[in-house]
Amino acid sequence: MVIQTPNGFELDNSGRRIVVDPVTRIEGHMRCEVNVDENGVIRNAVSTGTMWRGLEVILRGRDPRDAWAFTERICGVCTGTHALTSVRAVEDALGITIPDNANSIRNIMQLNLQIHDHVVHFYHLHALDWVNPINALNADPRATSELQQMVSPSHPMSSPGYFRDVQSRLRGFVESGQLGLFKNGYWDNPAYKLPPEADLMATVHYLEALELQKEIVKVHTIFGGKNPHPNWLVGGVPCPINVHSTGAVGAINMERLNLVSSIIQKCQDFVNNVYIPDVVAIGGFYKDWLYGGGLSSQACLAYGDIPEHPNNFDASQLYLPRGAIIDGDLTRVHDVDPRDPEQIQEFVDHSWYEYGQPGQGLHPWDGETSPRYELGPNAVGTRTNIEALDEAAKYSWIKAPRWRGHAMEVGPLARYIVGYAQGHEDISNQVNGLLRQMDLPVEALFSTLGRTAARALESEYCARLQRYFFDKLVANIRNGDESTANVAKWDPSTWPSEARGVGMTEAPRGALGHWINIKDAKIENYQCVVPTTWNGSPRDAQGNIGAFEASLMNTPMERPDEPVEILRTLHSFDPCLACSTHVMSPDGQELTNVKVR
Amino acid sequence: MSQIETFYEVMRKQGITRRSFMKYCSLTAAALGLGPAFVPRIAKAMEEMPRTPVIWVHGLECTCCSESFIRSAHPLAGDVVLSMISLDYDDTLMAAAGHQAEAAMRDTIERYRGNYILAVEGNPPLNEDGMYCIVGGKPFVDQLREAAEHAKAIISWGACASYGCVQAAHPNPTRATPVHQVITDKPIIRVPGCPPIAEVMTGVITYMLTFDRLPELDRQGRPAMFYGQRIHDKCYRRPHFDAGQFVETWDDENARRGYCLYKMGCKGPTTYNACSTVRWNEGVSFPIQSGHGCIGCSEDGFWDQGSFYDRVTDLTQFGVEANADQIGGIAAGAVAGGIAVHTAISALRTAQKKVQDRPSAAETSKEEA
Repeated sequence: MVIQTPNGFELDNSGRRIVVDPVTRIEGHMRCEVNVDENGVIRNAVSTGTMWRGLEVILRGRDPRDAWAFTERICGVCTGTHALTSVRAVEDALGITIPDNANSIRNIMQLNLQIHDHVVHFYHLHALDWVNPINALNADPRATSELQQMVSPSHPMSSPGYFRDVQSRLRGFVESGQLGLFKNGYWDNPAYKLPPEADLMATVHYLEALELQKEIVKVHTIFGGKNPHPNWLVGGVPCPINVHSTGAVGAINMERLNLVSSIIQKCQDFVNNVYIPDVVAIGGFYKDWLYGGGLSSQACLAYGDIPEHPNNFDASQLYLPRGAIIDGDLTRVHDVDPRDPEQIQEFVDHSWYEYGQPGQGLHPWDGETSPRYELGPNAVGTRTNIEALDEAAKYSWIKAPRWRGHAMEVGPLARYIVGYAQGHEDISNQVNGLLRQMDLPVEALFSTLGRTAARALESEYCARLQRYFFDKLVANIRNGDESTANVAKWDPSTWPSEARGVGMTEAPRGALGHWINIKDAKIENYQCVVPTTWNGSPRDAQGNIGAFEASLMNTPMERPDEPVEILRTLHSFDPCLACSTHVMSPDGQELTNVKVR
Repeated sequence: MSQIETFYEVMRKQGITRRSFMKYCSLTAAALGLGPAFVPRIAKAMEEMPRTPVIWVHGLECTCCSESFIRSAHPLAGDVVLSMISLDYDDTLMAAAGHQAEAAMRDTIERYRGNYILAVEGNPPLNEDGMYCIVGGKPFVDQLREAAEHAKAIISWGACASYGCVQAAHPNPTRATPVHQVITDKPIIRVPGCPPIAEVMTGVITYMLTFDRLPELDRQGRPAMFYGQRIHDKCYRRPHFDAGQFVETWDDENARRGYCLYKMGCKGPTTYNACSTVRWNEGVSFPIQSGHGCIGCSEDGFWDQGSFYDRVTDLTQFGVEANADQIGGIAAGAVAGGIAVHTAISALRTAQKKVQDRPSAAETSKEEA
């Protein structure tokens, strides 16, 4: 059967059905089904979130000042970003403005997360879609060294001996017969295009990045006490500053600031000398593989983030851009208002939840959900052993959020497309520079590779911004301001009996919003609409497919039984399923207790 | 099993000298708090051991445990994965997906029956026939049971697997259930925390590889070596507590002097963990050092003990716990063949977490005003 979707895709589910479950190298649990035609080209795509935790009902009745800790546990990969969104939502509801130092520290932490998350994503979750570590055994270490020095003259770790050592370690590993994480990979699939030297260089950087990432997060440890899951505070940040007096060793002091500064330098060095050169080098071998654009050329959404001034989320005051692009019209960037009930709505017609009215969308402040797990009449298998889903019915634990009715892509590429369309100076310079360097037209942005490249560029931008806000923090301290928390409204007796607020961030994976209703000093309703809910969205009542599904369409597979191309494109979104599938009923309906079988 | 290389052979093949290997063994002994006399024993164990296969499954969770694990500095996570264990299944990091991933797990179960470690991150939901967490089209709890059946031992990573954590907080809509309530016939080590400290995670694994047995566990199934004492017992701010010097409000003068966070709701006095000693991210800091109280994330049900800013009110003793777990001698025991669960000889009281049920923070403030 062939279906034309309103958002411009032709779905044909008549060909062979391929199921990928679990989709690995992502956060959380996800399933993907596609139909391929006789040439192995994907003609229908079905993406399913396969977990649900119900955090929002758990939040009801709790102290709003605690909400950051609960929501932070939505995701340990983008750790801290939900916490930041949460304290912003509470501060918005209560009218709290945080001190300037707290704004700088929060920005440094959020930028630090962007860099960490992007680096770990590229090297440890995504690289194996492009890089073949087994083929690296065929590399000549001397030629690898030359390649390294050519693509990144400033990276000091480039000697032939270095590459030979790591290669021999890798050989020992492979020859042991215990392949560990590489077991059952697709290492003889022709989808892998790199020469052995590039495979060796990238595999070596897999290990370098693994060591580097544990350094990056120390910024969180300094300001938040630990990572993953640093501590946050409504009204500011919990770490006090004391650079002059007795007891400074128990606060942010000169030694701590120096440590932060040194880590910021490490971030910049790695991104400039390793990450970006790797993306350019690897991308250069895949320039002919420009599939996976999906919705990116027609519908992108960004809330914006990194405010110059505390609690000022005016689009003009944000370093990461805000805006919406629809219908593929890059000449017009629409403003986005998360409070407007007409703009952001969630639909559940194809999700395992139910609303009163079919086809009805609800704004998060009025959000309403109760879980309802059921398979459609054409599903294959049983309720607890799904062989194939029926996408004409309900088929995912992810809801379908829409912006003015449009399915949207969010994330680094969406941010960069919005920024590029707005003429954002830093973003435009980066994008134009990269396209020139790789000799690619601007249309190449709308691809799997574009998504991966945007993430690298964003890391470079964020590393610079991290330095900017560090300098700003130090300058402010030098001017005599050591304040880090505004406690005027810490005590709930100072709060109005009812309040509601919204917090927004750009999480590494895209636009993230929390909506809170406070009543009598307790959480009455809490709703999160998260990046992977946008990207991983199932169909809506009109039949629009979501960003994951759209991106897989019309991609040829070398070997349909080996999902290299599916993984490559899904991974380019950096899916986070624990984030996307936690939504729960604000009306607190009783849930059925089913006995253990 | 004879075709499988030992840990030592793998290290030598990777160009590591005998001398470096012995140095590594000394560092391992030091990391585990053992004397130099244990170095030869560790070396011998590593010379004779193949890399232990590990199957690492994920239920309802947030992946913070995996993220913490890769932060480990000693040993480096890369060294653990390349040289110490064979991580044959981990859906967060493995190359294969779908059928090939499932086949990798089945192959390891078949080939290493009774000789692999099962690491569990997250927990199974039992409502809705388990379908709140689906892997390969089936409930995660099925995968957990399948992987557990022939495991040598199980590690419950983090608060989710150990106790339930945030998705099991009231009213626990999915009926998220800790591992030991589903798998009842296997030795289970609980390594709680949200997440656990990276070096505690790799320390537990290294201990098991080195001594080929479970670490000494306390009554709650936690390794006594890392969870035997309260954060408060070893907190560097403890002298301020004893001197009655407290932070009274965020960012006040006392906060800037690094006084005790007890009045800000710090759960250090009732939390058993290594944060104040091992600290986080290569010893850079820990929550209290960075100005926020401990939220008690390694304790059972810590989400449902009132606000994180409510004061702990059941402190009856001010002295450092005198009768901490008696660890001495246990670590020195002979390397047992196979895993033996040692009965905890803990004389410790279980963690007291009875935070007084306060009407509200607002009223509290009024009382104090």
